[in-house]
This record gives sequence, structure tokens and C-alpha cells, in this order.
Amino acid sequence: MQLLFLLEQVVNGLVLGGYYLLIALGLSLIFSVGGVVNLAHGAFYALGAYASLEIAKFLGFGPAVALSPVAVGLLGILFERFFLRRFYTADPILGLLVTFGLAMIAEQAIRIIWGAAPLPASMPQGLKGSVIVGDFIFSRYRLLLIAIVAAVLTGIWLLLHKTSFGRVVRAGIQRPDMVAALGIRLQPYMTTIVVLGVAMAALGGALFAPIALVYPAMGAEIITVAFVVVVIGGLGSFWGVVLAALLVGVVRGVTINFVPAAGEASIYILMFLVLLFRPRGLLGERIEKFE
Amino acid sequence: MHQDEKDLAADAGRRKVLKAGAALAGAAALGFPAIVRSQSDTIKIGHLTPLTGFLGALGQYAVLGIRMAEEEINAAGGVMGRRIELVSEDSVNPTTAATKAQRMYEQDRVALLLGEINSASAKTIMQVAARNKRFFLSTGARSDVLRGADCNRYTFHMDIPVTVMVNAEGQGLERDGLVKGRQVFYLTSDYLFGHDLAKAAKRFMAEHGATTVGDELCATDVTDFSPYLLKIRQAKPTLVATNLGGNQVTNFIKQYAEFGLPYAVAGFNLNTADAWAAGPGNLSGIWPTVWHHHIDTPGTKAFVAAFMKKHGKPPENHAWIEYVSLKVLAQAMNEIKSTDNDKLIAHLEKQPQFDLLKLRKGYFRSWDHQMQQEAFTFTVKKPGTYKEAWDFLAFSAAIPRPDQPLELLAPTKAQSECKM
Repeated sequence: MQLLFLLEQVVNGLVLGGYYLLIALGLSLIFSVGGVVNLAHGAFYALGAYASLEIAKFLGFGPAVALSPVAVGLLGILFERFFLRRFYTADPILGLLVTFGLAMIAEQAIRIIWGAAPLPASMPQGLKGSVIVGDFIFSRYRLLLIAIVAAVLTGIWLLLHKTSFGRVVRAGIQRPDMVAALGIRLQPYMTTIVVLGVAMAALGGALFAPIALVYPAMGAEIITVAFVVVVIGGLGSFWGVVLAALLVGVVRGVTINFVPAAGEASIYILMFLVLLFRPRGLLGERIEKFE
Repeated sequence: MHQDEKDLAADAGRRKVLKAGAALAGAAALGFPAIVRSQSDTIKIGHLTPLTGFLGALGQYAVLGIRMAEEEINAAGGVMGRRIELVSEDSVNPTTAATKAQRMYEQDRVALLLGEINSASAKTIMQVAARNKRFFLSTGARSDVLRGADCNRYTFHMDIPVTVMVNAEGQGLERDGLVKGRQVFYLTSDYLFGHDLAKAAKRFMAEHGATTVGDELCATDVTDFSPYLLKIRQAKPTLVATNLGGNQVTNFIKQYAEFGLPYAVAGFNLNTADAWAAGPGNLSGIWPTVWHHHIDTPGTKAFVAAFMKKHGKPPENHAWIEYVSLKVLAQAMNEIKSTDNDKLIAHLEKQPQFDLLKLRKGYFRSWDHQMQQEAFTFTVKKPGTYKEAWDFLAFSAAIPRPDQPLELLAPTKAQSECKM
């Protein structure tokens, strides 16, 4: 029986990991391609949640979840054009500082526009409740969430591995100088990656709004976990981030099963151990330009 | 470069970025001190409350409330004809709260200090107040130990302590048959306030015939409660009782509604703002509170109307408590015509009555410095029976009833561990 409970926590942790993945994958892609740790990534997550609530007022829940990433993605174009672009080849610390500053500005802007108090958000009544499979309980809403994550993940994987776009991006991660020598400008590819990355974060925000608090500091809260996932997974590796996100979800769930109070600490202990034994991350690749 | 050396260099580079990231996250947590102007003709009042972290949303309301009181007091001629000047800052965490309190007493030369929601931070500020022999009014912290074993001569307490919350909530639970014979699963916030609340809650429930089937601690920064919900389902309780705080309560409520577990839910702590943030359709159960904006007195109506006009939403209990706290202090200083902290303490210990925008006036009990006042419980209205988004809570009549003594729910001197 105890084993069954544990298995249930593992499965539940995988679901949560899928949601972490939505935020961490974009962070990892932007870092891999542009060399910038985008500390403003959480701000796009928060904006995604707030935008979805605004859109839901007029169009309802479904369209809000679909359109909010589009709106935030458009914002991502400006973000890349006017800020991120200047820091691809600069000292990493500069990109870190600028995106950190932007994250603070974004949080204050949200506070000014929508107020400091959390906004109420609910899911449609039909999505509430659980599905019981065997002895396992699944929230109906999270099943939908994980299906969306799987679809997005498949799309990104196909884009990176089965298209000429993806070949250039992957080559750009490893050898930007060679790509340039072949006469290919990486710039438009970078813009696309950033837009995709922040749109995924916004989708995460829109999807999580009905089940967690929507408030100005929500972005700062998620960026920490996303950062941990990227560090554990390793740079430049698609599957590294996937593995790390799922692992973080599972470790947290299993820890809560045994030592509830240590649930949140467990993911940092995991990061510590991974950095100790595999400083490159679980599946991190050797990337020439970061060496 | 040799391969190993190169690897080392790469690690060092990555570590640098990681370290910088961690340092930046740390800098965000420290917050920034307010710009302090010094004017000798004003009375400076120090105010600390959490504006970030899991209690930040409540602290934001507290600031709105105290700023409004500041404006009104100054518009009405200030204190002893002098303007008051509020120095209000984010208290961040217990350590930073203590540092800032010391700085406010010493360098900013505030006449006195008030504020806090986080019981752990209130505790460290209380220690600073005692060390400096200066006045501190703890406004929103509810832990029993603050006015019990840890009480000191220099600190007064405005909010209801957890024992009162538990006793008020207990009355509501008993009325609805949710105590006797119930198998209870407790979910408790893992810090001073949560532990204190859980202790009082379990004592009450055990004394009234309930048993415990589960008892789990949650870190204050838990956002996702799904692993806990699975544990609750495994334990099959007949009542889920929460001792959570701030953002935790809202997140728990939303996810409890998401999973749609069939067990009755209630809790010993929920601020009105947390309930509003959960959104209609998500909240259920019975909860205690110290104040609500439907209390039928002229003073309450005027305050609620002015707040609504200014901020477009009604005040919740932390906006209210900060507002009345500053008003109470201004009134007391006007009465004694001094900002001298010892005189103020002596005056308040005489138990003068203060209007708290409730049905009955309140007073600080002389031997534990605890404000004696009414409490309330609330349940959730059925969908379609309310109009405004913040109108979905149905509040009980005041507890204790008008014919009962005001100290009915508070610990007695024999039960209290406070020795000044």
C-alpha cells in the first residue's frame, strides 16, 4: 500500500514537472543560443497570467489561454530587439544585470497596472474535479495541462530536430562562427527562439492562473525553480531540461510524502548534489563558446 | 590548455554566472530603505510590514490602511498640533525586520514603532524594542507566544491571538457539527505562527471530541499543494483543518477546489484578502476573522466608503488594523500630550477604551497588553446570491455576543504564560 502511495506521488510529480518544463525550456533555449541568463523570464510568465485574465473577461477561458502567449510573444520581439540583442556576445554578467532590472521593472509595472493585491482567477466549472484511474487520483485540469505541455514539447522538438530552422539553431548553439562563415545571419533565428521561449512562459502563467495565486511577485517565484531546473538539466540539451523538470517534480513529491516540511528545500539539495558530481548538469553538452 | 584545466575554467565561468544570479536574487530580498527626510516639527512614526514574500499581498493592504490614517490624522491637525510623518518599509524577514527596527529607533529617531504581520518578525522586533526600552505596537501578528511566554513591557498587541481565532472558529465548527467525532487532517504552516495555531487548534479539537488522522507541515513558500492533497486523500479524514498563512491559504483553497476532494474543509486562519484572491467558486468551509467591512456602525461605514473611493475596493482586515492602530496611537498621544514611550505605556495600561470600528470599544488588557475585542466567523454565499466580486463571504454576528464579557475567548491570566 505504501508503495502505491509513493507511486502516486511519483506520477503526480511528473505532472508538476511537465509544468515546470514549460518555463524552464524557454530559459534554457535562450541561454543556449544567446548566452544570456534571462532573469526576466519569470516576468513573461506573470504577464502571461495577467494577460489571460484580461482576455478571459471578453472571450472566456479557452481563447485566453491560447491568445495570452501570442500577446506576450509579441512583447518578446521588442524585448529581443531592444534589450537582449545587445548582450549576446557581452560578458554574461551584463545580460544578467539587465534582465534582472527588467524583471523588477516588470513586477512594479504589474503592481501599478493591476494593483498589489492578488487577482481572483477560476477555471471553468467543467474542468474542476478529479479522474480516478485505478487507485490514482488525477486532477482533470492537470491532465489537460499535461496534454498541452506534451503537444508544445513535441512541436518544439520537431522544430529543432526536423526542420532547417532547427538545424541552424542547433549549429548556432555549438559554432556560431561557422554558421556566420556559411553566410547565415543568426539574428532572425534568435528573435524566433526568444519569442517561442517567452510565449511558453506566458502559456505556463495562463495555465497556472486558475490553480495558484496571481500576484505581482509570481514571476520572481517561478524563475528560481526554472533556473534550478536548467542548472540540473545542463546547457544546450533539450532532453536534459525535460529530464531535470520531471526529476524536480518527482523529488519534491516524494520528499513531501516522507518529510513534508522539506518539500521545497529538496529541489535545492538536488541541485547541490548534481553540481557537486556533474557540474555540467545531467545531460549538459560541451559548448565551445562557453568554455 | 590541458583538457582538465579547460574543464575547470569552464566550471569557474558557469559558477560565476550562477553566483551572480544568486547574489541578485539575494539583493531583491533585501529590499531598499525608504528615503528619510528629517523635519524637527514632525513626529516620526516607524512602520514595518512584509511587502514581499508569502505575506506581501497582506502587507500591501496594511500600507494602504496606515497611509490613509496618516492623511486623516494630519488633515485633522496631527498629534499635539504637529504633523506625523510615517516611515514605512518592507520588513522582509525576521532578521531584516530586527535590523530595520534598530535603525528606525536609533538613526531615524522615530517616536515609536508599529506594524508586522509575520509573527516571527514581530518576535524579533519585540526583542529590539525591549532592548532599546522603546514602544512597539504589534499590529497584525497573531502568535500566542508573543503575548504569552515572550511578552514584554514595551510591546502591545492589536490583532486577535490564535487562541481567540481557534475559539471563535471552534464555535462556528461546533454549530455546524464539524467537531465531535470528526477525524481531522491538519495542514500547518511551518513557522512560528503556524506551529502556535496548530497547537491551539489541536487542543480545542481534542477537548471537544475530534481525533487526528493526519498532521503535516508545509514550508511557507509552497505553491503547489498537490502532493499534500494526495496525502489527505490517503488518510480519508472527515474534516480537513488548515493552519496556513498568507499566500499558502489561497493556493491551497484553489487547488482543493481543483481536485474536488469530498471532505469538509475549514481553517483556523484566513484573511479576507486571501479569500478574495481565491476567487468565487473555489472557497468553501468556515473561517475566523478579526474584522469585516459589513460591520454596521457609522464609523465603519465612513471608513469603508473613504477607502472604496480611494482604492476602488473595500478594505480587508489588515488595511483596517493598520488604520485603527495608528488612529489609536494618535489618540493616546493626544490624550497624554506626549510622545514619551514610558508615559504612553503607563497610559495604555490604565485600559482606556478605543473605537475600533466595531460594535464594542476595545482596550489593551493591562497584564498582557493584548487588545480585547470582538471576532467573527464567515462562510461562503451560494453562487448567484451576491453581486460584487468581494461580496461572496457571509459573516457571523460578533463573538462574544453583546451580553457576554469581551474577554470570553481570550486566555485567562491563569492560562497565560505572560510575566512582565
